[in-house]
Amino acid sequence: MPKREDVHKVMVIGSGPIIIGQAAEFDYAGTQACQSLREEGISVVLCNSNPATIMTDLEIADRVYIEPLTAEYLEKVIERERPDGLLATLGGQTGLNLATELAERGILDKHGVELLGTPLSAIQKAEDRQFFKTLMRELGEPVPESISAEDMDTVRDFARERGMPLIIRPAYTLGGTGGGIARTWEQLEAIADRGLKLSPRRQVLVERCVPRDWKEIEYEVMRDANDTCITICNMENLDPMGVHTGDSIVVAPSQTLTDREYQMLRTASLRIIRGLKIEGGCNVQLALDPHSFAYYVIEVNPRVSRSSALASKATGYPIARVSAKIAIGLHLDEIPNAVTQKTTAAFEPALDYVVVKIPRWPFDKFQRADRSLGPQMKATGEVMAIDRTFEAALLKAARSLEVSQAGLDRPRNQPVSLETLSGKLREANDERLNYLAEAFWQAMPIEQAHDLTGIDPWFLRKIKNIVDAERRLLTAGLRLSDADLAEAKQFGLPDAVIAARTGIPEMTLRARRAALGLRPSYKMVDTCAAEFEAATPYFYSTYENDSQDALPPESDAYDKTSSADTAAADIRKQKPRAIVIGSGPIRIGQGIEFDYCSVHAVWALREAGYEAIIINNNPETVSTDFDTSDRLYFEPLTFEDVMNVIEIEKPEGVILQFGGQTALNLAEQLHEAGVPILGSSFSAIDMAEDRERLDTLLAELQIPRPPGRAVSSPAEALRAAEEVGYPALVRPSYVLGGRAMEIVYNPDELNGYMKHVTQVTTDRPIWIDHYVLGVEVEVDALCDGTDVLIPGIMEHIERAGVHSGDSMAVCPPQTLSPRVIDQVVEHATRLALRLGVRGLLNVQYVAQGEEVFVLEANPRASRTAPYLSKITGIPIIRLATLISIGRTLAELGYKGGLAPEPIHPAVKAPVFSFGKLSKVDVQLGPEMKSTGEVMGIDTDYAGALYKALVACGIEVPEQGVLVVTLADRDKAEALPVVREFERSGFQIYATSGTANFLVRNGTSARTVCKISEGSPNTLDLIRQNRVDLIINTLSPSHRVEEEGRQMRRAAVERGIPCLTSLDTARALLYALDKRRQVEMIHVRSMHEYVGHPRSEDECTVGGHEEA
Amino acid sequence: MKALLCLEDGVTFEGESVGAPGIVTGEVVFNTGMTGYQEILTDPSYSGQIVTLTYPLIGNYGINAEDFQSARTQVAGFVVRQSTSDASNWRSKETLPEFLADRGVVAISGIDTRTLTRLLRSQGVMMGGIGVGVTAEEVMERVRKAPAYTSHDYVRSCSTPTPYLWTGKPEAVALDEIGPATSTRVAVLDLGVKYNILEQLRASGVEPIVFPCTSSADALLQIDPAGVVLTPGPGDPARLDYVVETTRDLLGKRPLFGICLGHQAIAHALGGRTFKLKFGHRGSNHPVRDLETGRVYITSQNHGFAVDPEGLESSGAAITQVNINDGTVEGLRHRDADAFSIQYHPEASPGPSDSSYLFQEFVERLHR
Repeated sequence: MPKREDVHKVMVIGSGPIIIGQAAEFDYAGTQACQSLREEGISVVLCNSNPATIMTDLEIADRVYIEPLTAEYLEKVIERERPDGLLATLGGQTGLNLATELAERGILDKHGVELLGTPLSAIQKAEDRQFFKTLMRELGEPVPESISAEDMDTVRDFARERGMPLIIRPAYTLGGTGGGIARTWEQLEAIADRGLKLSPRRQVLVERCVPRDWKEIEYEVMRDANDTCITICNMENLDPMGVHTGDSIVVAPSQTLTDREYQMLRTASLRIIRGLKIEGGCNVQLALDPHSFAYYVIEVNPRVSRSSALASKATGYPIARVSAKIAIGLHLDEIPNAVTQKTTAAFEPALDYVVVKIPRWPFDKFQRADRSLGPQMKATGEVMAIDRTFEAALLKAARSLEVSQAGLDRPRNQPVSLETLSGKLREANDERLNYLAEAFWQAMPIEQAHDLTGIDPWFLRKIKNIVDAERRLLTAGLRLSDADLAEAKQFGLPDAVIAARTGIPEMTLRARRAALGLRPSYKMVDTCAAEFEAATPYFYSTYENDSQDALPPESDAYDKTSSADTAAADIRKQKPRAIVIGSGPIRIGQGIEFDYCSVHAVWALREAGYEAIIINNNPETVSTDFDTSDRLYFEPLTFEDVMNVIEIEKPEGVILQFGGQTALNLAEQLHEAGVPILGSSFSAIDMAEDRERLDTLLAELQIPRPPGRAVSSPAEALRAAEEVGYPALVRPSYVLGGRAMEIVYNPDELNGYMKHVTQVTTDRPIWIDHYVLGVEVEVDALCDGTDVLIPGIMEHIERAGVHSGDSMAVCPPQTLSPRVIDQVVEHATRLALRLGVRGLLNVQYVAQGEEVFVLEANPRASRTAPYLSKITGIPIIRLATLISIGRTLAELGYKGGLAPEPIHPAVKAPVFSFGKLSKVDVQLGPEMKSTGEVMGIDTDYAGALYKALVACGIEVPEQGVLVVTLADRDKAEALPVVREFERSGFQIYATSGTANFLVRNGTSARTVCKISEGSPNTLDLIRQNRVDLIINTLSPSHRVEEEGRQMRRAAVERGIPCLTSLDTARALLYALDKRRQVEMIHVRSMHEYVGHPRSEDECTVGGHEEA
Repeated sequence: MKALLCLEDGVTFEGESVGAPGIVTGEVVFNTGMTGYQEILTDPSYSGQIVTLTYPLIGNYGINAEDFQSARTQVAGFVVRQSTSDASNWRSKETLPEFLADRGVVAISGIDTRTLTRLLRSQGVMMGGIGVGVTAEEVMERVRKAPAYTSHDYVRSCSTPTPYLWTGKPEAVALDEIGPATSTRVAVLDLGVKYNILEQLRASGVEPIVFPCTSSADALLQIDPAGVVLTPGPGDPARLDYVVETTRDLLGKRPLFGICLGHQAIAHALGGRTFKLKFGHRGSNHPVRDLETGRVYITSQNHGFAVDPEGLESSGAAITQVNINDGTVEGLRHRDADAFSIQYHPEASPGPSDSSYLFQEFVERLHR
């Protein structure tokens, strides 16, 4: 059937802020879907609260609503836009849950909105465990014995009947939030209770554990309205059952399945998608007995997912794009195949390479977190690698993680005893590849490694092959022959590993390889294993024996000419080229914002007539969509891998300022290798990054900065702290996202910090700065060498000391005096010009009274660039890119100085994933902890603030129980805040010290025991669900702090908002107060907010339509 | 040991021997399936062909005792990117390299199979040879001397010499020893039958009796079969006059079900023609549209020739299915003669079992 004629306007729901379990893959999916629908002439209304996404760009949809993702707000959008249909299967679990809620509350029916694609009944059948089990039974598909329970007694009965171990999963949650495996009654009680609380339906699934050594296999399948069903990709988890698939190392296609097993599970997956009547994409997870044909269906996701993004990148098949077209009635064989441009979407990709995905975990940030992996996902991002052998692909993925490892490095603390090793192998954790390598270095037999880990021997042998190859290098040492070197490269070992094992310097190896002509060739990802000519500009490197066609990358365009050399020369003549270095895996401190920047850089280059080339390794993102750039190289972002691409592409230069710290870290080596860096020069980058050089420069410019010293011993630290004065901010040099940064108030705390941190850093000094208490301010400045444009100033709501990425911020600033603003602009302008910035400079300040200190300057795009671009309407990344290739602000139609303030205030608020990471403390500080962000925009500040709070999930009733525990130094400041909460109807509970203080000062706080004082204490109150809000400030006392930690964790696990900064508390009061005065739920599209109103439904500023 | 793959146009690839010693020649073709090397190695339709697998890691799950498609390996030679002894699967009895050496299959590994595939895609399939421990000259000499693929009848050498009843394993049983029918009997004209075709028939509730390719229609009709299945097989259908004749004699007498070469034989018997495809269809991912329902099925394919639709106008046969990628004929039906045929492999092995329903449909037709 051709496209439906009755659907003209479609609403697409995005997935909201990035959290663990729901990341950039939905920006990729949503963006594709919007483009796919608009290609068919459909008007798209997009709703997403996440400003850091490509999908919320004005160009992607006809109307973009950056509003909180709740049913109330979405109903308002529906009322205004009157869409014909709703597409909800592209916004992750968030989108699906909202669609279900909108349907069940009758909102869709009321407004005549049809749920497109997969019907609601299918969603319910897949998501509700009971329905799902029934359906599987009807289809004859085996599922593990399970029950869904809504109370503890049902859970206990099942456990008594079936025995342990049991796996418990809360229903309707993402990434297995709150799930776990119970092996004892005690664990069962704890996990099931938490699961019930975390499920939006108060429902948990209790299931018999599938034996650990069963294989976990996934199929990505699609179905259209004509019942044509196809498989896009199957994937095998390297990790055995029990580790969440998002935390598993995944390989595509499956490696250890015979055709019979492959087809048996494929047939089962197709039977399921038919049974569910899904129209679009679907993910089926199965467990296969390694000793028979027995299998279980574990889970079905009736929507595009993280796995489908991976499958799309692994195969070149655009699942989200095709799903969107299916949703509006098209059949698979009516949708053209974008890759071959000849065939249709009705085919199954054939791979002629191996794909390996490794998750990226945040444990480098959260040193105290529990690193074990289980049913609850903990990874923030992932990397993918492609090669022609498993070993080479695994090695590429390992070095793409950016966790300072060149290959499968052995664990850092050597020697590793057999006991430690066995322990580390028995329980899945993020370092298991390293411990497996260690096991094989120690000559552990495969069988023993298999018994300990449950990992299939095939994968273990491959890991052992890597260790054996490294051992050969170790033996060869400095006598490494050319043949040995060639063998190591063909095996997939990077120069850095060869250097480490042989002792030959990396640069010497590089030179030897160049002399030998040992270079990778670049193969195309074409969905069809070379069977058809393809037009995908999507490549990966490999060392094949015959490197005859190393130049240029294979492509049919090149093949047409008889001589590869003349073809290459022809191509080179056409257009200037530039390479944009991407930002790698999503991690805390380097999120989707940088992918947004990379994509816009590519677009700007193409607009300027360049061939834009991207190198990146993150399968979740828009930047690695082969449609985004002229050529995509899916490669690790190491010097060696990047140089290999540079050598064949011979670009005019590389652009580093949009790929976060990942790209910037390559600056020095690329500069030394003679690669032109477009935009700010290496010297400018180095000057801003090097503390001492920046200090000197600031002094010369007479720009104030808090006094600071570099120290390398505890004794020096104490002396320096006395000199700069307490409180002091301490941190290691060269950090990303504020790792290991703390504020210390006295010598004791400083000593404690030094003891802890010296384990983190080895040869780099520690910085000690005086901590200036004040308002934090941030700008992203654009500089072309003559003019400096400041698109907007952001004022942080939490005071300096809370990491800028974790702080709420508002633009335009609400409390800064004109004098402060002048200084902010003035400092940024002079600094940018003096550094010689060409492109972006992010500057962070602290304003104390009327004095403005510079804290930090980063000559690159920052995480605020997308947010600022959206609210100011100034295309910051586009301008920065064009400046990098030599254009000026004046040519581009912009003047220097501070741009006019945006009319509508917008508040950016951080979103955390604490619920997923047990043992991680939620208290805010100089270390960044948030995984994503939301934006609230409105006609006034309070409205924007309120929306931001709602959007990031802080739902506070107008009255209830507030628990307050305060450090002594915060008590006086907190008093008016607590009084205000009391006045608005909150009951105040406080621990003795705080309560005494509050009562003495005229509030009616009730005393509750500290945890150490017995029951009932704060923890009991929280666990009994009697608390609505917690304000807890960090105490310097270790013992008190430990109690604070326990309380905060308990709050996170119960979903109770816990504020650790009085500034956040004040902001919340302000927004709550406003909510009492006016009806807050009203919405407007970004086209209207940023001043491109569509006349027909523009409303008056300040007035609320449909009030 | 070093091995070479030489193509008739002079291109040589150097790799390692991973099978038996010697020099072999054949038509060099590629298959894009990601699983199923054991089935491919033993599929009679690959007789006379050097098969390249585009998936680079081959041998991962070893070789088991159950997934063979015939009694021996059938390929002329075998080409892979990486052949591994790191086999892991519960049914695996031996590793792929052991198996290849043991069964005398000359095989080469470690070559850039993607470059080879692109070459075959753009130049078309061609003759070539694999030589172990010899020079390129020696291999080329043999390639030049080898008969063209289309000039040889491979069907005769892979068909059964005598009729037999399929009971789960191939045992030659004289016709008069077969005994009374326990269920509906179907005659199978063996042009290079795969075990799973016989298994699928048996699973659909019929007794398959397999006949040599040279059998006459009368020989088949002697057992009074309810229907006849014409199997897949190797080579150029245009040179199989004796098969076409048998088929023509059967048309209208019994319901016919033709698969792959059997489909092409039916086309010829109806007065149609076949032509050689540039590089054939070999893989597990070929989309076929059923013209009646519009639905698309993913099929397993292995053929180098296709039925020319232009020769069918006066034949009385209708095209029922087409390939989505290149529009070639994938299915025919002749209502009057009660003949139905498909170009692809409903028995899969390897490949998707989307079309296994065709066996049930055929059997249901017999009972009408």
